[in-house]
Amino acid sequence: MTRHLSDLKMNYTAEQEFPDLSQHNNHMAKVLTLEMYANLRDKQTPSGFTVDDVIQTGVDNPGHPFIMTVGCVAGDEETYEVFKDLLDPVIEDRHGGYKPTDKHKTDLNPDNLQGGDDLDPNYVLSSRVRTGRSIRGFCLPPHCSRGERRAIEGLSVEALGALDGDLKGKYYALKDMTEEEQQQLIDDHFLFDKPVSPLLLASGMARDWPDARGIWHNDNKTFLVWVNEEDHLRVISMQKGGNMKEVFNRFCTGLTKIEELFKEKGHEFMWNEHLGYVLTCPSNLGTGLRGGVHVKLPNLSKHEKFGEILKRLRLQKRGTGGVDTAAVGGVFDISNADRLGFSEVELVQMVVDGVKLLVEMEKHLEAGQSIDDLMPEQK
Amino acid sequence: MASSFARVLSSKRKVGILSLVGAGSLTVGFFLNKEQRVNAGAHVRRIYPPSAEYPDLRKHNNCMASHLTPAVYAKLCDKTTPNGYTLDLAIQTGVDNPGHPFIKTVGMVAGDEESYEVFADIFNPVIKERHNGYDPCNMKHPTDLDSSKIRGGQFDEKYVLSSRVRTGRSIRGLSLPPACTRAERREVERVVIDALAGLKGDLTGKYYSLTLMTEQEQQQLIDDHFLFDKPVSPLLTCAGMARDWPDARGIWHNNEKTFLVWVNEEDHTRVISMEKGGNMRRVFERFCKGLQEVERLIQEKGWEFMWNERLGYILTCPSNLGTGLRAGVHVTLPRLSKDPRFPKILDNLRLQKRGTGGVDTAAVGNTFDISNLDRLGQSEVQLVQTVIDGVNYLIECEKKLERGQDIKIPAPISQFK
Repeated sequence: MTRHLSDLKMNYTAEQEFPDLSQHNNHMAKVLTLEMYANLRDKQTPSGFTVDDVIQTGVDNPGHPFIMTVGCVAGDEETYEVFKDLLDPVIEDRHGGYKPTDKHKTDLNPDNLQGGDDLDPNYVLSSRVRTGRSIRGFCLPPHCSRGERRAIEGLSVEALGALDGDLKGKYYALKDMTEEEQQQLIDDHFLFDKPVSPLLLASGMARDWPDARGIWHNDNKTFLVWVNEEDHLRVISMQKGGNMKEVFNRFCTGLTKIEELFKEKGHEFMWNEHLGYVLTCPSNLGTGLRGGVHVKLPNLSKHEKFGEILKRLRLQKRGTGGVDTAAVGGVFDISNADRLGFSEVELVQMVVDGVKLLVEMEKHLEAGQSIDDLMPEQK
Repeated sequence: MASSFARVLSSKRKVGILSLVGAGSLTVGFFLNKEQRVNAGAHVRRIYPPSAEYPDLRKHNNCMASHLTPAVYAKLCDKTTPNGYTLDLAIQTGVDNPGHPFIKTVGMVAGDEESYEVFADIFNPVIKERHNGYDPCNMKHPTDLDSSKIRGGQFDEKYVLSSRVRTGRSIRGLSLPPACTRAERREVERVVIDALAGLKGDLTGKYYSLTLMTEQEQQQLIDDHFLFDKPVSPLLTCAGMARDWPDARGIWHNNEKTFLVWVNEEDHTRVISMEKGGNMRRVFERFCKGLQEVERLIQEKGWEFMWNERLGYILTCPSNLGTGLRAGVHVTLPRLSKDPRFPKILDNLRLQKRGTGGVDTAAVGNTFDISNLDRLGQSEVQLVQTVIDGVNYLIECEKKLERGQDIKIPAPISQFK
């Protein structure tokens, strides 16, 4: 029988193998005890992913200055089951108390969104919704082989190629694109780079770059799919201005269509009623959805209650370069803080309602008025 | 029909496609042609034919890419070492790092001693290319750490600012940095520092663990230019050598700061002997004595270094096989370095130049790092003698140019002695 490298550690005790987490501050390090490690270390998912594989990124990256990182990844769908002793408490901690027995609701019906088509474009510069999808039966980016990754690309390109109407588009494989195509994608802010974050590199997601990675977008440049970056698929709907309703419409329509196309070929997305859509990072479970806007809040952002307001609205702020960046010129990226335990519609509704209020507050402060009676309740 | 079959496939995934063959459906054949699932013990993983897994090396310029044909890949891709190390793991660094247009990197590593045997079909041609024709199939590597055989070795200190000899050693029976578990790496640390603690006389020293060192200790080590950092080079990080940093990594040095050992950086150990000035003879004497002492001490505890007569000392990177030895000086050659014959002279003397920051750096002023080109196929004594004779020749050239005399390109010295 073939020996696997992952069996090597069984020559040593759990204590001898247990990582030194004394300098660490991530979700995994908070949860992983020696006892838990001892119980999990002889287990593997059917494709051979081990607890050491799950935690490697968290061991190698003790912490982040701005955010509490997760510190673990899944190598396949079964990771969340086989290592539930570790991942359930991580998920509970990361997703606001979500319990192992909780059920997650999926709602991709854009008609259920109220309003959202009239965010003031003088303040809201752009609107965007993104999520991820994994193809059931294939290993995830930390663990997949080159053959699997190429198969994922092949299936995805085939499905996307069948989209029509305003979703009709084209695929650009990272390794085949011309200089002109590359420049255009950079100018459109579509091109993704080889990951440089050690959080991603340490989990093995950048192996074999740029093999089987690529970008698909529709001719209108409002619907974009990343293939084999941090997840099998990242799906993004975006446009300038404040018509979040239109963005969400396209998002739902596109996703539903893509799912249908996959099913026609005998494939489905990883999903279950407890965790919703299954993705590589536990932080993206559930909806995997980040819906947000770039919005000008120069006055509000300086207000002492800004942080508290965002917290109550269940929103988070980032710089306009995305996670790990700072805001430039009073323009913030405001998006939903939650991913799991709320449906897609519910999360986008929170963004729509929340941003509307933030803009109103900004206008008040501009006019020298107080915002005290605009303060929201905790959602 | 097809869609309900597909649902059956998804739900019965764990059972494996092969078990559904009995259903006699034509659709199964379609899947089996493209891929199979193999139930090997606990592992159920999509298996693709080697052609579907073969890396895309068209933009690559490293030794691995030059020799890994689809046929060689297909032959080796299902093999593993007794520890379970695979070809895909060995070549990952070369796949992830296509190479530099000017420097041809090796592009693969060993995860354990057996890697060099199990994957000999790719390692051998890589070794031959990297080591200038040394053929592991029919040549033997000589090991000689008898420093008394050295002739000369005291350089003119008007030109030579410092002298240094380094090598690496691996502990037999423990996996190498790309593959080792945390416990194995800690075991390497324990075995090595246990041995180093037994060194006496001018070799008496102290170990500084990277995880435990104080701020002051860290600053002192930086000031002494001893401290090594977590690797940032993707050549190393893609091979998995930086996992669990800084666990079980550290630096040992003697009180006189002339003998230094790195633990668990790119190899189990890197051993460095160095001094200011031009006394390469003494540097090499201490180098040999220290290495032999450490070897004796680990043998007392039942351990030994990885070594065989085909490849010499076994290290992580094929470029460091044989002696793993780089002996060099920092030498000032203001006139010679500007002479257009300089590269050819170095070449014929089998020397290489680097900047004074080491590999990948440029020279500062007129001071160069000059060291031996070869690692495998000649002994330690031979290589150090080559450096001594060669650097003396360079200094002679420099002096001649100072006096307005002409210099000669020396005849190329023979490589495998």
